[in-house]
Amino acid sequence: MNVLVFVKQVPDTETRIQLNGGAIDTGSVKWVANPYDEFAIEEALRIRERLGQGKVTVVSLGPDRVKEAIKYALSLGADEGVHIKGDGVALGDPISVATVLAAAARKIGFDLILTGKQGVDFDWSQAGIMTAEFLDLPHVSVVVHLELDPAAKKGKAKREIEGGAEIVEFQLPALLTAQKGLNEPRYASLKGIMGVKKKTIPEWTLADLGVDPASVAESAAAIRFVDFSLPPPRAAGKILEGDARGNARDLVRLLHDEAKVI
Amino acid sequence: MAATFAVLAETKDGSARKITLEMLAEAKRLAEASGGGSAVAIVLGSLGSAEMERLGRLGADRVCHVEGAALGAYASEAQTEAVRLALERVKPEALFIGATSQGKDLAPRIAARLRVGLASDCVEFETKDGALVARRPIFAGKAFARVTWSQARPWIATVRPNTFSPREEDPSRKAEVERIALGEVNVRTRATGFEKSEGEMLDLTEANIIVSGGRAMQGPENFEILRRLCKVLGATLGASRAAVDAGWIDHSHQIGQTGKVVNPTVYFAIGISGAIQHLAGMSSSRMIVAINKDKDAPIFKIANYGIVGDLYEIVPILTEEFEKALRE
Ligand SMILES: Cc1cc2nc3c(=O)[nH]c(=O)nc-3n(C[C@H](O)[C@H](O)[C@H](O)COP(=O)(O)OP(=O)(O)OC[C@H]3O[C@@H](n4cnc5c(N)ncnc54)[C@H](O)[C@@H]3O)c2cc1C
Ligand SMILES: Nc1ncnc2c1ncn2[C@@H]1O[C@H](COP(=O)(O)O)[C@@H](O)[C@H]1O
Repeated sequence: MNVLVFVKQVPDTETRIQLNGGAIDTGSVKWVANPYDEFAIEEALRIRERLGQGKVTVVSLGPDRVKEAIKYALSLGADEGVHIKGDGVALGDPISVATVLAAAARKIGFDLILTGKQGVDFDWSQAGIMTAEFLDLPHVSVVVHLELDPAAKKGKAKREIEGGAEIVEFQLPALLTAQKGLNEPRYASLKGIMGVKKKTIPEWTLADLGVDPASVAESAAAIRFVDFSLPPPRAAGKILEGDARGNARDLVRLLHDEAKVI
Repeated sequence: MAATFAVLAETKDGSARKITLEMLAEAKRLAEASGGGSAVAIVLGSLGSAEMERLGRLGADRVCHVEGAALGAYASEAQTEAVRLALERVKPEALFIGATSQGKDLAPRIAARLRVGLASDCVEFETKDGALVARRPIFAGKAFARVTWSQARPWIATVRPNTFSPREEDPSRKAEVERIALGEVNVRTRATGFEKSEGEMLDLTEANIIVSGGRAMQGPENFEILRRLCKVLGATLGASRAAVDAGWIDHSHQIGQTGKVVNPTVYFAIGISGAIQHLAGMSSSRMIVAINKDKDAPIFKIANYGIVGDLYEIVPILTEEFEKALRE
């Protein structure tokens, strides 16, 4: 079974977001592999291990720095990684990103594609599902449990929904987006980290994928950012200290009688 | 220009979910602002006529009802095709879809099929020089972006639940209903079952009041203290990741970056320090109440009200006092 994993490089979730001249200041950002993509990588490795055969290939689209995210996946045990150069691609437009990822998937070939449920940068939750549509694949999103039956070319997933979990059956090939809870990602071993040095990461351009640059350029983007802002600071709250009973009464009065929210 | 704004209705057990009514109100507002435009509800699969009439009273000028055998249990491929057919008929300027588990699953598929832009999880809309601009949180709420769409219509957006208020029902309003038949669709994935999680509490994403506990709960048994408060307030129980990872409470209760994003009127953070990843899930709550024994806990920085003290002492008293106040 050939499993493709799409990995996005994003700012570490601890990053303090600041604006600089109206844009997101990425100067002091520490870049990491998107946390949800780690669940996707882990699941791909477990599928390969369980079946005792197959290949895990990670794909990342973006500037040169995304090679670090690919290397991280390789250190965990992915077999191959491909870097798709982001030059001229509207990376903030999920339709454009999915167009390129779909072309890469076609070129590589696959039985299953795994992605994260969401990039924790712009929180779109789109690129994976859009890629499924472009490749005419069924998809299941926000997966927390997965069972595959490769011989019968089908699978069963559990996805998180309001009030519980939905059981979804699907045919292979398919695209699944990973949610926390799917698995517990492993750490890279020393051997894994050393092994990365021996691997070459091919770099593909739009031309290599047969994607028309005009179709994914900034000027063709289906959605674009107008501006950014930081959340307005909350007015200083009322913090009560001391007598527990008195404070509890005060709080009830504030919420019930004054703010009338309870 | 009189523009049409469409809403994809989400229904459950024969009635429209609250998010549908919230989106209808916003669609109708934008349609009116465009100069006498209309709001259209797109309904997929079976729904009673009384419920469609209610959509009319709550803002829909028209209901476009797509029916077909493929629209039984949720199947993204069938629903995508049904929405495509409806959009062909309605030709709206924009389409709103709930930022619910189903809406978030479906919207990217529809947007990709039509090759139009999708703005996820929007909390505000404005029209400016004939364009639609949406505001949405990014970086888990640490910043906001305004986004806009290219010329290609419809402009699709998912809308965060609990952001807009439904309109008052207007008994004099009636929606025109038109029907579209959906033919066969090749469906390769379909929901076949459901496992209910705990309790009769309202779902976290729809809850008006949420009471959340963190690491300070020390074990599953102490969550009973919070369940009692929930019961008195009609609130839903939430948790921090620390409590979930410790195995004291199911992951379906987790709030934050890797859990649910919630938007209640009142959020109680009890024995929760207020880590950035937790704030990601609840910082847009209208009012935040924190109870923590550490007066320097970061949660107090964003709390509207806070009590510094031991939760094991304060929460039972608070429960008692609320019970008294609400009985009166
Ligand atoms: C990639 C990533 C994703 C994450 N996603 C999430 C997420 O989705 N949701 C989430 O919540 N976290 C998430 N986290 C974890 C987050 O960083 C914090 O570790 C977590 O939120 C801490 O939970 P807590 O506040 O319950 O525990 P703590 O930080 O340990 O805080 C416990 C608090 O309880 C107080 N306390 C203790 N005893 C009492 C008492 N008797 N009475 C009153 N107060 C008391 C303490 O003063 C303290 O402030 C994520 C982390 C990472 C790296
Ligand atoms: N530039 C990219 N390169 C590789 N994978 C990506 C990229 N952008 C998005 N993805 C994948 O799509 C998922 C959803 O991303 P997003 O739509 O940006 O929230 C991510 O978790 C990744 O698996």
